Amino acid sequence: MTKNLRVKSSEFIDETSRISFKFDGKTYYGFKGDTLASALLASNVHLIGRSFKYHRPRGIMTSGSEEPNAIVQVNPNSNITEPNARATEIEIYEGLEATSQNCWPSVNFDIGGINNFLAPFLPAGFYYKTFMWPKSFWEKYEFFIRHSAGLGKSPTKRDPDIYDHRNIHCDVLVVGAGISGILAAKNAAKNNYKTLLIDEKNELGGSTIFETNENKKINNTFSSEWLKKEISEVKNIKNLEIKTRTSVAAYHQYNYLLARENLTDHLEKKDKKNKIRQRLLKIRAKKVILATGALERPLVFNNNDRPGIMLSSAVKKYIDFYGVACGKKNIFFTNNDSAYESALSLHNKGIKVDAIIDIRENSNAKIIKKINEAGIKIYWSHTIVDTSGYKRLSDISIMKLSNDGMSVIGSKTSISCDCLGIAGGWTPAVHLYTQSGNKLTFDEDRNIFVPKADNSEQICVGSCGGDFELDEIIKNLSNKLKNFLNISQTDFEDISLENDKETSKRNIWLLPSDKPTGKTKPFVDYQNDATAKDIKLALREGFRSIEHVKRYTTTGMGTDQGKLGNMHALGIIADTAGVKMGELGTTTFRPPYTPLTFGTIVGRNVGEFFDTFRRTPMNDWHIKNKAEFENVGQWKRAWYYPIDNETMHQAVQRESKAARKSAGILDASTLGKIDIQGSDASEFLNRVYTNAWSKLAIGKCRYGLMLNEDGMVFDDGVTTRLGENHYIMTTTTGGAANVLSKLEDYLQTEWPELDVYLTSVTDHFATASLCGPNSKKILNKIIPELDLSDENFPHMSFKEVIIDKIKCRIMRISFTGEQSYEINAPASFGEAVWEKCIEAGKEFDITPYGTETMHLLRAEKGFIIVGQDTDGTMTPIDLQMDWIVSKKKYDFIGKRSLYRSDTMKENRKQLVGLLTEDPNIVLEEGAQIVSELNQKPIEMLGHVTSSYFSPNLNKSIALAVVKDGKNMMGKKLFIPMENKNIGVTISNTIFYDEENKRINAKL
Amino acid sequence: MFLINCPYCGERDQQEFKAGGEAHIERPKQPTELSDDQWAEYLFMRKNIKGVQFERWNHAHGCRKWFNMARDTSNDEIKAIYKMGEKPPPQ
Ligand SMILES: [Zn+2]
Repeated sequence: MTKNLRVKSSEFIDETSRISFKFDGKTYYGFKGDTLASALLASNVHLIGRSFKYHRPRGIMTSGSEEPNAIVQVNPNSNITEPNARATEIEIYEGLEATSQNCWPSVNFDIGGINNFLAPFLPAGFYYKTFMWPKSFWEKYEFFIRHSAGLGKSPTKRDPDIYDHRNIHCDVLVVGAGISGILAAKNAAKNNYKTLLIDEKNELGGSTIFETNENKKINNTFSSEWLKKEISEVKNIKNLEIKTRTSVAAYHQYNYLLARENLTDHLEKKDKKNKIRQRLLKIRAKKVILATGALERPLVFNNNDRPGIMLSSAVKKYIDFYGVACGKKNIFFTNNDSAYESALSLHNKGIKVDAIIDIRENSNAKIIKKINEAGIKIYWSHTIVDTSGYKRLSDISIMKLSNDGMSVIGSKTSISCDCLGIAGGWTPAVHLYTQSGNKLTFDEDRNIFVPKADNSEQICVGSCGGDFELDEIIKNLSNKLKNFLNISQTDFEDISLENDKETSKRNIWLLPSDKPTGKTKPFVDYQNDATAKDIKLALREGFRSIEHVKRYTTTGMGTDQGKLGNMHALGIIADTAGVKMGELGTTTFRPPYTPLTFGTIVGRNVGEFFDTFRRTPMNDWHIKNKAEFENVGQWKRAWYYPIDNETMHQAVQRESKAARKSAGILDASTLGKIDIQGSDASEFLNRVYTNAWSKLAIGKCRYGLMLNEDGMVFDDGVTTRLGENHYIMTTTTGGAANVLSKLEDYLQTEWPELDVYLTSVTDHFATASLCGPNSKKILNKIIPELDLSDENFPHMSFKEVIIDKIKCRIMRISFTGEQSYEINAPASFGEAVWEKCIEAGKEFDITPYGTETMHLLRAEKGFIIVGQDTDGTMTPIDLQMDWIVSKKKYDFIGKRSLYRSDTMKENRKQLVGLLTEDPNIVLEEGAQIVSELNQKPIEMLGHVTSSYFSPNLNKSIALAVVKDGKNMMGKKLFIPMENKNIGVTISNTIFYDEENKRINAKL
Repeated sequence: MFLINCPYCGERDQQEFKAGGEAHIERPKQPTELSDDQWAEYLFMRKNIKGVQFERWNHAHGCRKWFNMARDTSNDEIKAIYKMGEKPPPQ
């Protein structure tokens, strides 16, 4: 039977709406407003999970996003389950299911728990040291480790939820809606700054909203009551946008912040449907006010991790905000006054507090008097030396501290206790501040890192800025805001304050025990099970840098990023190594502050929105005619057109034969097209291509090769001279954008004196490439008035024609070696012109062919494809294309590099043809080429770049790059494959119609 | 994520821009006159300093104009932005 520990009704909990949920298969009840943690605590459930390494039972430590222990698997039986959710952040809803993580087979009986007893053998670096040796054993270890460790299970199915992104530009962004954040946002917005206020909780007001400390009053009322009035005002300010349930994950330079807004995680299933689950806010703020508050520190003592041991501030929040008592026998352990406030909160609600253990010698705060009046025993100068209770805290043992705090003295007292609130002081939440690139400074007196300096774009206010006392917070906040927002006054500078000040301090990073350190377990990082002992071991083994100690001990490397224990780790290192903490520095705080889902990061860019698709104007025709498509860059290109049950090979063989036998047609619309105009257009082409352009007549086409400045082939294509100062350049499909960028770069930065204008017209024209011996006859049917004789319209020339009143450009150029006409129609008429070609070609059995056949046909002719036969290390000379490199031109891009000693070397890899001994064997592209099979190590001479079975030659052909290939004509080499060695002979790169007869042939 | 003040468009997010390496390296007017070492110096050698560095940037997803930037690489502070052809501002 579970006891209900809800002892007080709370205004933040709606007790009229009861919610049922399941944890580890058992049904529990809570109310609207509860987190999973508060609802479980109300049912007296403390044991939530097991620790990562030792599998020790762990309970709820905190009430917020800093939670290291209470991490659960949400919706465990679904294939879209979510791991590593913090019970302290999950708002319960009807039907919620969660289970423990890190335990196998169950949280109550966990095989890994044996690690706890093996702990002496599991020191820091144990996994590195042990399981890596001998290497062959890793697989055996891995099986055990994977089963017994790990942080939750990943979902296995595609995430069905909807995610979104939103850009926000604001004048002032306020992060954190505690008292400082509320006042900052209000004063910014009221002074005409467009303001955005963000808080990770669903309720505004931070910890002040449930503050009922009589010693902290504003204008003679509880600070909570005063703040509630402020909040109701803030909610009605016009230019203030408030985002709750929103966590800032990252703070980048130039005030660019990323935040995750949780929209439906707290709703039950039926209300989540079709709604955006989480939204990534991309915020660019002119000014940022960080009011992120402070995180309470635990205390590091022996066995400080049992379920029932919680932060004192969490105990306070559970009673004051949720109305839940975390235990029946409550004790606090502290080094400052804040635990007394928690104790008083419990006492005032009728919950018994048995004792307060304080490591200080005394305190003069007014609250001490109240505690004495309440009859709560205070043990001054005492420390806890041990705790007991396996799955729930049952007892603590205390002893008196020596004066220097290094040891314990006197006799041991044992006290029974099921809830221990620990209070180790406060750490400003400066994570976001440091992410933004700013530096921290160490306050030796208070043992905290505080922001070094504010600037005109960013300030830290409240406890995030190092102010913990209410009067200091208010006074400093007002002054900072006046300066930062350039305003003469704030609306809260005159409020009257009552504030019980802390007067005494004592800080001991590692509390002593009656046992030696080696025999104790004082946890520093709960999630990763790093103890003070591990840190000391790392130092003994020579690690000094905090970054190294962190990695070696894994301190601060869990999903909580060590929000609780990082300061203690630093303190213990400093004390052990005898250096000052300020000199150690901190580890780097990296985004995200709290974990983000992949869905939030990706937003809407999933499925077909992952990347842009580009489709040609003839796309619908290809689909109708059952084309298979291939991705070329962002383009969807027709790959081949299978008929009936043809395989790709069969279709390509048929298409290739048909194109050479009668007629084929290819959609070449994707080739890049750049319109070049200006009085220096010819000079420009001379500088960017390797060959000469000045003498190209109007109406003629020329093939050009473009290099990088390092002499390597960059792109190629045919350029046509349309007029005196007008050219149209084509580029490869994939290279189009890069070519345009590169040409623009040269024009703008190196040759601004040239009168040249570049315009991308790739999308403006659709290109139908008609090829084959009957292409001329087909074209004649379409445009009977055009004289297609080789004299009037020779190879490498251009005509402007009218087809059905549509102005088209026709280039007679060929990438297949056949007579070929590329008809360029305005994109919107592309499909019409294409269909006209198909119709006119019917009597010649015109065959549409895709990119695969195009590749095969060009390979038969030995035409290169930049990016397939070249890889950024090939010069035109390497490609045996010396003919295209002008010797006369003074300069062109990459020319000088062709005369570097390295590029002129004789035995560079060069493009050659390959013929297999067995003409039926088709080589694998990428396969390595060798000359000696028995050599060790075997020397790789090169690799196959293109390989096909040529139906027109009825044999296998390939192109390859081979070291010194030019001088190896006819030489026999080998291609060693997995189960055979293939014999090949080096050949010419042109396999078909070497004399170029077919270009003009009258067949 | 920088906020870059394009000299032609104004302040825009960094993702609209493309970095183009070190600025003020002029392409030699007479490459053929250079030794291999001199050409290699132009082609390959780039500074990578901690401190103020002069860089080329292109507003690739905007006006597509190239411009120069003086950026402190130690804290990513953009010290100055100026057009192509203009001299870098004095330190
Ligand atoms: Zn621009």
